[in-house]
Amino acid sequence: MKYINVDHISSNPLLPEVKQAMIAAINHDYHNPSSQHRAGEEAAAALEKAREQVARLINADSPKEIVFTSGGTEADNHAIKGVVMANADKGKHIVTTNIEHNAVIRSLRRLKSDGFTVTSLSVNDKGRVNPRDVAEAVTPDTILISVMHSNNETGTIQPVEDIAQIAHEKKILFHTDAADSVGIVPFDVKKVGADLVSFASNTFYGPTGVGGLYIRRGAKVFPILDGGVQENNKRAGTENLIGIIGMGTAAEVAARDIHQRHAYLKGLKDKFLRELPNTLDEVIINTHPVHSLPHLVSASIKYIEGESVMLMLDDEGIGVSTRSACATGSLRASHVLLSIGLSHADAQGTLVISFGIDNTVEEVARFLKSLKTVVTTLRDISPLYKKAAGKG
Amino acid sequence: MMYNKVVMDHFRNPRNVGTIEDADGIGEVGNPLCGDMMTIYLRIRDERIDDIKFQTFGCGSAIAVSSMLTEIAKGKRLDEAKKITNKDVAEALEGLPKNKLHCSNLGADALQMAIKDYEDRQAGIKRAEPKRKDEHEHSHGDKCYCPYCDVEIEEGVTFCEACQHDLQEEH
Repeated sequence: MKYINVDHISSNPLLPEVKQAMIAAINHDYHNPSSQHRAGEEAAAALEKAREQVARLINADSPKEIVFTSGGTEADNHAIKGVVMANADKGKHIVTTNIEHNAVIRSLRRLKSDGFTVTSLSVNDKGRVNPRDVAEAVTPDTILISVMHSNNETGTIQPVEDIAQIAHEKKILFHTDAADSVGIVPFDVKKVGADLVSFASNTFYGPTGVGGLYIRRGAKVFPILDGGVQENNKRAGTENLIGIIGMGTAAEVAARDIHQRHAYLKGLKDKFLRELPNTLDEVIINTHPVHSLPHLVSASIKYIEGESVMLMLDDEGIGVSTRSACATGSLRASHVLLSIGLSHADAQGTLVISFGIDNTVEEVARFLKSLKTVVTTLRDISPLYKKAAGKG
Repeated sequence: MMYNKVVMDHFRNPRNVGTIEDADGIGEVGNPLCGDMMTIYLRIRDERIDDIKFQTFGCGSAIAVSSMLTEIAKGKRLDEAKKITNKDVAEALEGLPKNKLHCSNLGADALQMAIKDYEDRQAGIKRAEPKRKDEHEHSHGDKCYCPYCDVEIEEGVTFCEACQHDLQEEH
């Protein structure tokens, strides 16, 4: 039986067009885009074409506002550390939320030892921050607000437009980590009003290990990698041209298909959410009913632990992600799930279900059936279920 | 796959799942903070474990540990069963991932508590409160271990020198 992947938040399969473009790029034997001779210029042209494709996907004013990186993590590091280094003379305070990706949280934590202070805001039970809290957290010393566009664990989308407006009124730079949004939801940097936007190629069916940072023209940001003058002097190091060509192609397809893609993914998610209550009782849905990614559901299945569910579903031929502490390697409950108010036990039973354009409605049905079997088996083993059911 | 074949076999087909009505001894350990909870039920006949059942809330390793423990303990005399350690269970499973050793390997602790519960009942002592850990602590004496690399660390440190992991968040 075909293996069903409902863990698209971890990665996506490459689009056929992307594979083709990357294979062609490998066979082309591109030279170094920084070289001045003809072979170099040819490589530079391929690089700039990809930059234009990506700029169009997010509606940047100019391709020059795109810096290619090794992925979302580097883009977040670049945004945070680059802004802080370049603007330290103006202030030493940053505003963020409790549910950011570790690339943001740990970048900010590292800065604390250099005398920067961080206000980290809490979110409601569906993972949304209140823009009023952002406005109240801002001080004359604030140089950066960093709030993610969508969260990779809950799928909830933040009110970034309102936050961007607050930032601009106070002349503070606004960064949003859109690594899980760009290419999945229509994303327009001008509508959002962000100065810096992180994105990742594998979110929109391009290769892993490639991503980028949008830096609005005029925003003062230092490079975090020192070396050559690549990427308009914003990111040193010879570019990963084959990966970037793959991302460019993926961006072009995403720009063309975005509305249709969004609708298809939402159809799968809606079917899952509609049928879940008939399949399982006592499940907490952590994803915002309206403001959320079209393909992602965070579900806390009470009385059982996520790694066990993941392993048993794997045996059933289904790949799913869990935010259980036991499965993350850190052995700690997810900071995101605790921030939205889940108990440790409920956090332990949390699955992140993320559909992709390669899934079908039949696969959603098979997934639900297997999920019921697995949850029933594990609840029969669980002492918590027995107690809750009043049998103990 | 992070688990070996023996662990996966016990996880997929756990032995002795369930409860025992009117059990002679019950032992409960663990805490959802760390991830795992186990309850062991014993029926004792002639100072021997005549039947043993378990219920577990936890990861693959925790379920496999519970299952293996019940297999080892079943039929044993109490004086033999008292000698079973968490290490014995991990060895019978042919090894567990390092980072799981101190969290999910609680089966023998639950068994010892169940035996103690039985003996207390025999002696007419009121049943002890279940041992629930409210803080992140470890079942192996007072020592504290890095959850990433298993090296012994000082309680309360925020950084593991051995593996360069940040332990700041909750440790």
